[in-house]
This record gives sequence, structure tokens and C-alpha cells, in this order.
Amino acid sequence: MVAARTSNQNRSQRTPALGLRLLMLAALSILIMVVDQRENHLDAVRRAIGATVYPLRVVVDAPVALWHWLRDSSESRNDLRLENSRLNAERLLTHARLQRYSALESENARLRAMLEARNRMTDEVRVAGIMSVSANPFRHVLVIDKGKNDGVYDGQAMVDSNGVVGQVIETGLFSAEAVLISDPDHALPVEINRNGLRTIAVGTGEFDRLDLPFLPNNSDVSQGDLLVTSGLGGAFPAGYPVAIVDSVTRIPQEPFAAVSAKPAAELNQVREIMLIWSVPDETGEEVPEATE
Amino acid sequence: MSLDRSSQRLPVIVCMVAALMLAIAPMPDWASPFRPDWVALTLIYWSMILPRTYSVGTAWIIGIVLDVAQGTLLGQHAIALCFVVYVTVKFHLQFRVFPASQMSATVFALLAFYQFILFWINGVAGLTTTAITYWGPVITGALIWPLLTLLFGGIRYRARSGA
Repeated sequence: MVAARTSNQNRSQRTPALGLRLLMLAALSILIMVVDQRENHLDAVRRAIGATVYPLRVVVDAPVALWHWLRDSSESRNDLRLENSRLNAERLLTHARLQRYSALESENARLRAMLEARNRMTDEVRVAGIMSVSANPFRHVLVIDKGKNDGVYDGQAMVDSNGVVGQVIETGLFSAEAVLISDPDHALPVEINRNGLRTIAVGTGEFDRLDLPFLPNNSDVSQGDLLVTSGLGGAFPAGYPVAIVDSVTRIPQEPFAAVSAKPAAELNQVREIMLIWSVPDETGEEVPEATE
Repeated sequence: MSLDRSSQRLPVIVCMVAALMLAIAPMPDWASPFRPDWVALTLIYWSMILPRTYSVGTAWIIGIVLDVAQGTLLGQHAIALCFVVYVTVKFHLQFRVFPASQMSATVFALLAFYQFILFWINGVAGLTTTAITYWGPVITGALIWPLLTLLFGGIRYRARSGA
């Protein structure tokens, strides 16, 4: 294309062609945008170009990754020992909690089998790193270093050690883009852990606030309530902590209360997140037999 | 000028790749609303200097790559860059002789035009964003323009004398 243009030396010929080319490219752009917005036919195109963009992302991420590596490797022996003992103590505590949890889980499976309820899903979890790449300036989006090659799929849920972070929206071959729950266009079906009241948590564009716009004035919600995923939307498995209600304002004239919540995950500080694969629980049926 | 075109291609490509990398480089939260439109600035400069080599076609291709890199609507940055580069190529003879202050004002207008197209497309696509955030890159872009012309001018001079 460039070669064709350079051979076109005559100025009087070039100027009308420029306008024509602009019109053609603009029309093509509009066509692509409409197709991209409406359906997913362009995923293959996006992935192909994304493969060429991936090296750029790696190069941009490199200095930050190097800095983290340098900081990790220059930590003193004493610091490491302290951290080690802290982690050991934490591990013991978690294990103690987990013992009770596994007993509860088998009890739950027995009870569900008695009720002939549908088996719960078990979740497979894998850790992914966040690349220090700033993506879409108009949205709360981050880039993770796992892609289609690692089995990541569109709509996959993402959590950190404290709670839900977001979900994958665009899968490349080696990296993927994920939208945070704080994105203004993101809505997440949640329930209040205390009483099972279901509602929707909507992002606000601020990292430390979610809105719950659909709770009536007389609903049973109060400050400090834990919100967990309800699993209704299908994207997120049920029971992961999302946020803690931090303010409830009831205005008598308004139909809905103004409720806001603080996300449990530290959305702007995460460096590693966990991707969740939900698989149907096959062992659920065998648990009661094994314990009988 | 046509003689040293091939020797100038590599430095320009390096500039474009660097601009793309700066566009996705991490920035602290408070600074990211003021990230200059590196890609738009680079394209404005090179299409003003070499309008026959770098024109709307180049702008479109780079725009598509930028769209994929940032995960925006495919074609959004492409169409915005096309229009900006079209205006630049159309008036490149006037722009070249502008004094520095007037050129900064022109770049301000071009970047405002660029952000307006992005804003418009976001509105049509139903993305809710506040209009005020679109002004940050316009202002920083116009302020950084004189420095960029010095840098790119140096690169151009090196490339030409090296050939």
C-alpha cells in the first residue's frame, strides 16, 4: 500500500485520492465497529492482531517485572525468615479451618443427596499474574498473563484471596483482558449472606465502591452486611465474597434505598489473581456411600 | 527528499512502536487521565513531514493495532486517527511553516478533534464515561508537542545525515 502511494508522485493526482481513501477507510472502520459491537465474528481477527501485540505487552511489562524480581531477590535473610514463620502460622490456621470445612462439605453432600438436589459445582482454581499494562482507558480493565492456550475462556470468573475481582472479557492466545467489578458497565448478581436477599451490585468507576441500586427502602440490609455471589448470572460460581455494605441511606420519597458497598478484593492493588473453572461435581454422589 | 525515504523508514517505525508501547505502559492512577495521545502525536508529526509515505492508510493500520492493544471497539481509534491524519496531510504545507506557539494550538485542536471522535463513538456504543476526562490528554499533548518536535527532528536529522 505504501509502495503504491510513493509511486504516485503527481500531486494533482494525489489530493483527490486522499479524500477517497479517507472515505473508504472510514466506511470500513464503521462497518468493523458495528460488527464488533453486535456479534463476535471478529474474535479471530482480534486474536491474530493480538498475537503481534503480545510482544509489546511483554516489553512494557518487563521493567515492572524486573523491579519486582530485584526487590524479591534483595530481601534480607531475616525478612525472609520472618515472612516464612508468618506464612507457616497462617498455613496452620487455614488448615485447622479446612478440617472443619471438609467435614461440613461431606455433611452437605449427604444432605443434598437425601434431598435429591442437583449436585453442586466444584471449582478448579489456577493462579494468573497481572501484566503491568494499562488497557482500555475508558473502562476498568486489566490484562492477565494467561490466555486461550491455558484454557481461559470469555466470561470466566476471577477472584483474589479476599473476594471477587472481575471476569474475562477478551481472550487472546497468551494473554487475556478482564473487566473489574468496579467498571461502570459491570453488574454482578449478589445476595446478602445474612438473609439471602438477592440483588445486583453495579460498578461505579471507583475502585472502592459498588452500588446496590435495586434495594427497596424497606429491605433488610444494614451496614456491615457481607455480599456474596448468588451464582444466578451463570458467570460467577455461588458463594464467593464480593463486598461489605458500608452505607445505607433510606430516603422516604424515593422507591429505592441508596446503598453502597466496599469490594472485598483490593481491586487496584492486586498483582496475582485466581481464575475459576467450574466443573460439575462427579464425586458428590459417592460421598454418602463412602461414609456409610 | 525521495532519496532518503528508505533510510527514514526504520526510525519512523521505531517511533511508532515506541508510541504504541507508551500508550499501554502502566501509569499511576492519578496520572493516567493525563496520558498524552502518543500515537496520535507521532502520526501527526510524521504525516506532516512525510505526507506521501505516512498518510491515512498508515494511520488506519496503526489505529487497528492500538484498538487491539487497548481492547477498545475495533476500528474506534482507527477512524479517529484517519480523520486527524487526513487534516494534517491536507494542510501539511501550512503546518510546517507555523511558529511553535501556533503549531501547539493547532495540535491542541487536532487532539480535541481526535478525542471528540472517540467520545462520540463511546456514546453511540453506549459506554458511559465522563466528558471531562477527555480533556487531560489534549492539554498534555499540546504541551509536550514542542519537546516531541525536537526529539523527532533530531531523529530525522540523524537518519538523513547517516544515509
